[in-house]
Amino acid sequence: MANRQVNPNRMELMRLKKQLVTARRGHKMLKDKRDELMRQFLEIVKANKALRTRMEMLLASANREMVMARAVIDPAILESALMSGRESLSLDIDTMNIMSVKVPVFSAGFEMSGLRETLPYGMASTGGELDQAVIALKQALPIMIELAESEKTAQLLADEIEKTRRRVNSLEYVMIPELQTAIRSITMKMDENERGNLTRLMKVKDMIVNQAIEKARARDAAASVPE
Amino acid sequence: MYKVGVIGDRDSIIGFRAIGMSVFDTSDAVQAGEYLRQMVRENYAVVFITESMAEGNLELIRELRSQKLPAVIPIPSITGSTGLGMRQVRESVRKAVGMDLFADPNEK
Repeated sequence: MANRQVNPNRMELMRLKKQLVTARRGHKMLKDKRDELMRQFLEIVKANKALRTRMEMLLASANREMVMARAVIDPAILESALMSGRESLSLDIDTMNIMSVKVPVFSAGFEMSGLRETLPYGMASTGGELDQAVIALKQALPIMIELAESEKTAQLLADEIEKTRRRVNSLEYVMIPELQTAIRSITMKMDENERGNLTRLMKVKDMIVNQAIEKARARDAAASVPE
Repeated sequence: MYKVGVIGDRDSIIGFRAIGMSVFDTSDAVQAGEYLRQMVRENYAVVFITESMAEGNLELIRELRSQKLPAVIPIPSITGSTGLGMRQVRESVRKAVGMDLFADPNEK
């Protein structure tokens, strides 16, 4: 990027130097933030990967059960059994703060760990296969919610890390070098002015001295002329 | 209180109705996108979407990633996992780290 045009004076120099200090400090802090975010992120992502594998396994087996159920039970009955009313699943959301990234924490209204044995339909028309399928799904549910939480967290963190990394890079490779160039060019310009001034002064002094000498010579010459 | 919903083909997701999730069944990706938008408007906390339906709505899902809610989570459908969910996890890693840490060296 082209270095910007600045007025080479002390005010500007001081302003830029202050800016450079701020930029350096910001850069260091953002770098630390990035490193810490990264550490947290990697932990979460590792857990996330394990969770996902587990969820996929659980769902696969639940699906197998469901296929079995579908095979034995009349589709209409199965559907009406599954559709029969029941309190709907709802979640409470808390917010957790990871390095000032707000991430959601889900908690279900019912206890997730204990497997509630109540099934939402009557036992009369459906067989045990369906019960198995629904129980399998119920077992998968806490994992699924947990996965949702950790996956969302990972996504939000990834976003933040990317943003932070951009900022670190723009400070490191654009802002700071630009400020340094500007400061250097001002210092050089000012040094140059200083030198120019000095030589001008020396020149002026020379001229004054020369004039004085001329004058003195003229006076001496006038004095030595015999009357 | 926030709701939990599922989008996918009927066979894959019907069972979730029994455990209290809202079920939106479709096997059309466009319709699935519509449902997803509707669920965002209705403040769902978590949307599980079958991988086959997610495949057709990757743009929308990517947009939703940076929002706090909802969490859109791909799940395998009844025909099995296509690996999309895992791919998305790896995509997050690539985005954050700048490289794919979990890349399978045998996969090219």
